[in-house]
Amino acid sequence: MVNEYVESKSDASDVTESKRDFKIVGTRPLRPDGIDKVTGRAMFGADMSAPGMLHGATLRSPHPHARILSIDVSKALALDGVKAVVTSKDFVKQDNSGNQDTLDNLMARDKVLYHGHAVAAVAAVNVDVANSAAKLIKVEYEILPHETDVDAAMLPGAPVLHEGRKFSSVPEGSSPNVSSYWEFGHGDVDEGFAKADIIVERSFKTAATHQGYIEPHACLATMGADGRGELWVCTQGHFMVRELAAAFNGIDASQLRVTASEIGGGFGGKTTVYLEPVAVALARKSGRPVKMVMTRDEVFRATGPTVSSSTDVKIGMTKDGRITAGQAKLRYQGGAYPNITAMLGAMTAFAAYDLDAVQTLAWNVLTNRPKQAAYRAPGAPMAIYTVESVIDEMCQKLDLDPLEVRLLNAARKGTKSSYGPTFDEIGLVATLEAAKAHPHYAAPLGPNQGRGVSCGFWFNFAGNTSVSIAVSPDGTVAVTEGNPDIGGSRASISMMAAEELGIPYDKVRTIVADTNSIGFNDVTDGSRVTFSVGLATIKAARAAIKNMCGRAAMVWGIDPDAVEWKDGAAVPTGHNAGNFPPMTLAEIARDAGKTGGPIAGHFEANADGAGVSFGVHLVDIEVDPETGFTKVLRYTVFQDAGKAIHPAYVEGQMQGGAVQGIGWALNEEYIYGDDGILQNAGFLDYRIPVASDLPMIDAVILEIPNPGHPYGVRGVGETGIVPPLAAVANGVSHAAGVRMAELPMSPPRILAAIDGAKG
Amino acid sequence: MSKIHVTTSINGDQVEYLCEPHETLLDVLRDRVGLTGAKEGCGSGDCGACSVELDGRLVCSCLVLGAEAEGKEVQTIEGMADGEKLHPLQQKLLEHAALQCGICTPGILVAAKALLEKNPDPTETEVRYWLAGNLCRCTGYDKIIRAVLDAAAEMRGA
Repeated sequence: MVNEYVESKSDASDVTESKRDFKIVGTRPLRPDGIDKVTGRAMFGADMSAPGMLHGATLRSPHPHARILSIDVSKALALDGVKAVVTSKDFVKQDNSGNQDTLDNLMARDKVLYHGHAVAAVAAVNVDVANSAAKLIKVEYEILPHETDVDAAMLPGAPVLHEGRKFSSVPEGSSPNVSSYWEFGHGDVDEGFAKADIIVERSFKTAATHQGYIEPHACLATMGADGRGELWVCTQGHFMVRELAAAFNGIDASQLRVTASEIGGGFGGKTTVYLEPVAVALARKSGRPVKMVMTRDEVFRATGPTVSSSTDVKIGMTKDGRITAGQAKLRYQGGAYPNITAMLGAMTAFAAYDLDAVQTLAWNVLTNRPKQAAYRAPGAPMAIYTVESVIDEMCQKLDLDPLEVRLLNAARKGTKSSYGPTFDEIGLVATLEAAKAHPHYAAPLGPNQGRGVSCGFWFNFAGNTSVSIAVSPDGTVAVTEGNPDIGGSRASISMMAAEELGIPYDKVRTIVADTNSIGFNDVTDGSRVTFSVGLATIKAARAAIKNMCGRAAMVWGIDPDAVEWKDGAAVPTGHNAGNFPPMTLAEIARDAGKTGGPIAGHFEANADGAGVSFGVHLVDIEVDPETGFTKVLRYTVFQDAGKAIHPAYVEGQMQGGAVQGIGWALNEEYIYGDDGILQNAGFLDYRIPVASDLPMIDAVILEIPNPGHPYGVRGVGETGIVPPLAAVANGVSHAAGVRMAELPMSPPRILAAIDGAKG
Repeated sequence: MSKIHVTTSINGDQVEYLCEPHETLLDVLRDRVGLTGAKEGCGSGDCGACSVELDGRLVCSCLVLGAEAEGKEVQTIEGMADGEKLHPLQQKLLEHAALQCGICTPGILVAAKALLEKNPDPTETEVRYWLAGNLCRCTGYDKIIRAVLDAAAEMRGA
């Protein structure tokens, strides 16, 4: 069973109402899209068709690095059934370098920078013809030397990906493959290390992993001769798709209406575009609807995995466990184009701790791999893995309890974080204490078994959000928002609307509207939806309530200020308000035509105040010393949700994040040969965790209210993937009696470490 | 090459279609018959999102040819509920919040139904091994396993 631990902090800011007596928030109703999803009716990216539809196919580079000398599409165009071919020449050059990189990534311009890089695309009457046509496109390449390893790509003489390109804020003398450099921290680390009784310095490596969403990228585009288009797409952000697909095709954003399909997983990987601008271009050229669907092979080769990393960590500690200084040097490669994931790694590495002296340095390095994309708390898991591994080793050396040491050093309200800001109300101490008090922490271990502990942190994001609420004449409510529902958010949004309006959950229906039906919304990312869309929904409901109180005041002939909203009805309040019976939402809605017309409320803002999130994971691991095989025996996640709107979906985020992290720690890895070609582009060889690999994942929700949200909500989507890397690594290290410093901890690697320790 | 004419039964309805000799049953279901509940996650039999029953046997429809359905009975996710009445597995998956994005859900349901037809009282381990061919990237499987065990208990009691 899932334990629920409810922390009742009495000193929460009065901005939040987390101590309010909620009627709907905190319950577990069925999700509104549930029936569609258990009956096969739900429409995902590849499920939509259109009359006269063509099918697209992409020609991809067979080389990891090559100059494109020429592209001849004549034979493809001559094939029966082929209606259009596009190359990079069909797209509009971008002023913004980030957008140009995204465009060059989805259709190579002068060079191909990784194996699988798109070079051309075809639309034809069916998939078979499209694939045959793609093979008829003749591309002349000048093959160039390639590099896929982060450390090797920084060395003098390494193949240069973007010759002559100047990157700002890169130190003089850096490799031309270093696209960015960052520094964070405060205090004097040299002084800090001088105060330490013990200093441990280690180097770690983590492999690139893929988000592994089960639904490949898919879209369906139409584009009329009048320049008006429609796009159906599985994405985490259809407004983002609109901006980029319109810009790359030189059309106005408002003329391209983008509708988000149901989305079959994203985890950050669907926060950019690959096929969509291409489908629009093919639809425009052919005058027909064009559907494009990636194969799994294409998903692995040409969409963004996360970065691989190589990191040096140095930590000083007193013999009673106080950290005196921490330093990390992080080198990340995120493929062929610049990105900021290493910056996020440098910001998060030591974020769980209250330190006088901390310094993190980070480099992003370009390599001949696919352009990385966000993956759940991007940059943090691999950074925190290195710090939490060293802290665990120091606890072992000093014979100190790993949770006690973390409590001793834990960031609290008022701590100046390692990345700059000072923390407000945060839940790390409560989360650590819950872990310490949990029966899991005291449970006995058998031979070849070890227990791992790790903290995790993620910032959380708020961002641009628009929500509109309409009260129907029958007293039911339609909520319109613009963030694809990736894990049950329509349920939690409906719950917050119902809570605020004081009506039953099943009287509310929340939909995710297309880009022409609601104001702009940032992508569904940064664990922002329940926080931001929830906040906007509450504010929009309050606007509708204010309107409805005004209607009641008009009917009663009293001042609107003398009316308040209580339990789903307007009631007179104060001495002179008069004695009127409550006027319910349904009554006000029924008569709205007579009192001023339709009732609605809306709210738009670039929200702030997302509230950072901490988690602590406990795991018991058994290692077979003969084979190096690992088994996860028991797993418990502790995480601060601020306020869990729908606890079952909060648990789901915690459990799902933990299991993705277990996969990262034990199995998952992009494997390259010397030829620069990905060797395991399929689910058989890129092995994500399956049901038989795992135990139940216990989830313990802490509720330390976020002062920035009316109900105290913090995002919960990402933090869960951060602790498992170190928790599992620490568990393996204790079970096997050797320190592991490279992920994934596959059986051969563990066996080699055990044999090495013997030898 | 000419198309193959196939007569088969899908969810109890007689269906005829023409398909290419190399066309998979999954493509036929999705593109010719209009049943898009089975999903293509990999096309190589590794993810289980396209699971259907063929003459009562659980298969990945991406590994079966459309022509092979001739004279057979195909059961898909679309045939699982009885009108408005959900199958207990469908109901329990909803109650346990055992889906997040829902792309693997049709395959999980078809596979779990096939399990309970063979073994109405599976252990947790048996459910985990039976569903090892159905990848879910969202849930970590915890709530799915609980939902299947709960549905099995309810079906035994009914």
